[in-house]
Amino acid sequence: MSPLDLLLEPLGYEFMVRALATTVLAAVVCALLSCWLVLVGWSLMGDAVSHAVLPGVVLAYVVGAPFAVGALVFGLLAVVLVGAVRGGGRVKEDAAIGIVFTTLFALGLVLVSVTPSDTDLNHIVFGNVLGVSTSDLVQVAVLAAVAAATLLLKRRDLVLFAFDPTHAHAIGLSPRRLGALLLGVLAVTAVVALQVVGVVLVVAMLVIPGATACLLTDRFGRMLVLAPVLSATSAVVGLYLSYWYDLASGGMVVLVQGVVFGVVHLLAPHGVLGRRRAGRAAAVADEATTARPEAAPVV
Amino acid sequence: MTPALEVEHVTVRYGDVLALDDVSLRLAPGRVCGLVGVNGAGKSTLLQAVTGTVRPGAGRVRVLGDDPARARRRGAIAYVPQQEAVDVTFPVSVRDVVAMGRYGRLGPTRRLRAADHAAVDAALERVGLTALADRQVGRLSGGQRRRAFVARGIAQEADLLLLDEPFAGVDKGSEATVVRLLRELAADGRTVLVSTHDLHALPDLADEAVLLRRSVVFHGPVPEALRPETLAGALGLATGTVASRTGAAGEGAAA
Ligand SMILES: Nc1ncnc2c1ncn2[C@@H]1O[C@H](COP(=O)(O)OP(=O)(O)OP(=O)(O)O)[C@@H](O)[C@H]1O
Ligand SMILES: [Mg+2]
Repeated sequence: MSPLDLLLEPLGYEFMVRALATTVLAAVVCALLSCWLVLVGWSLMGDAVSHAVLPGVVLAYVVGAPFAVGALVFGLLAVVLVGAVRGGGRVKEDAAIGIVFTTLFALGLVLVSVTPSDTDLNHIVFGNVLGVSTSDLVQVAVLAAVAAATLLLKRRDLVLFAFDPTHAHAIGLSPRRLGALLLGVLAVTAVVALQVVGVVLVVAMLVIPGATACLLTDRFGRMLVLAPVLSATSAVVGLYLSYWYDLASGGMVVLVQGVVFGVVHLLAPHGVLGRRRAGRAAAVADEATTARPEAAPVV
Repeated sequence: MTPALEVEHVTVRYGDVLALDDVSLRLAPGRVCGLVGVNGAGKSTLLQAVTGTVRPGAGRVRVLGDDPARARRRGAIAYVPQQEAVDVTFPVSVRDVVAMGRYGRLGPTRRLRAADHAAVDAALERVGLTALADRQVGRLSGGQRRRAFVARGIAQEADLLLLDEPFAGVDKGSEATVVRLLRELAADGRTVLVSTHDLHALPDLADEAVLLRRSVVFHGPVPEALRPETLAGALGLATGTVASRTGAAGEGAAA
């Protein structure tokens, strides 16, 4: 079989075409958002929101509503609850997040156990991108478009919010509102990613691409290009691998992203080897100027 | 003339810590005022009460006659954060940071127009960072980074600049550059309120000084502020040799 056939054969199946489309959409919008999440330090928030949507998804199946509606309601609810629990000041943010997302996830598990058996817990928890229907794909496309457009239109304000909220406030912008906007987009994006990798692995798609891009460049604008390209490419490779070797698709998507991060972490200018090289160059420069090699930093 | 800054009977508490107690202060436009006090005296709190980041429990603040919210929306207030408050690994360039000074006057997507680019370039030029404009902010020295944030205030065309300990961790040369810059801005009619621990630089830097110790213990000309008896009493350093000469001031401050 030629390499081209390897790429084209799966496209003969409609389910694979839908799966690829869903995966690319999710990978791109997650990667865009991840650029801000890793800089603001909201990785855990991504995990929280994605777990918290479980009861929403189950309830949506029960009442026959689009899954996205249920998931969105509970994603936003989680955000509001975390704010409320943390609000008193006694409970720190990480604890508030831990409490809210596990409780809502538990509620979801209980709901699954009492609903008729056609809601497959495995599909929600671990993703079922090969079983995405046309209506699922439409929902994903709409949500992804809304999230991506919001992020790109407000990107300068969101960068300012992440970098220096005090300045944002001093020039009359509202850091609270910008934070809320970012969390709203997070809820929408988590719902999109859920389709591909399931509740448990969403956080990977929301963190890895931004963290990878961060190692490759000093420019936020370039991160916004690198992250989606890397994320989508890894996701598609992962999906093909899962097709040809019959492996868990959600797992493979995340695994490839993780491997790419690992390679970049080793080789990038800001990565392990890059720092070693910089360290050695500095050491050589020091030797040249001070002629005291024993005083030069080695790593 | 409308004062550039009026603080009237402002009190700020964090839980049961009383950080500012009945602080009143008036600054005329075109002046540089040094804000001096020991660690925990309330300097940062006072600056944040002016920007509105910290909400006073009592009292009021006026910036050029406006309430702080309106002044903020007009872009009248620029704030240069304390060194540690900035994430220096953040992937933005010096130019990006200065451009953030313009955001308040731009449309919803904050797209810079030609006039804004010109203002950013002019501000960079003025603080002498044109050659470093495309560096990531973390790759500047402490003094250069201070200047980048001052440039942001210049690009913003703010009337009131608030600087929180801009000289901490900055060498003498860079400090002198920033001092000269602030003097020039005051000469242009802007008002500068700068908190500092560096008493030696005060005469070059400031027209007037405020000694803060939860409330204003002294506000007046720099030479007077620097008199040992004033300083000792105001900053609570009254011990040993100085104490005998500062009995009156010390009691006054303690009362
Ligand atoms: N967020 C906070 N929560 C509780 N207490 C605070 C907070 N910020 C400041 N304080 C307290 O308020 C008082 C004034 O603090 P502030 O930071 O304004 O002092 P400062 O003069 O800026 O000190 P430094 O020279 O150390 O920067 C201190 O007693 C401090 O412990
Ligand atoms: Mg302070």
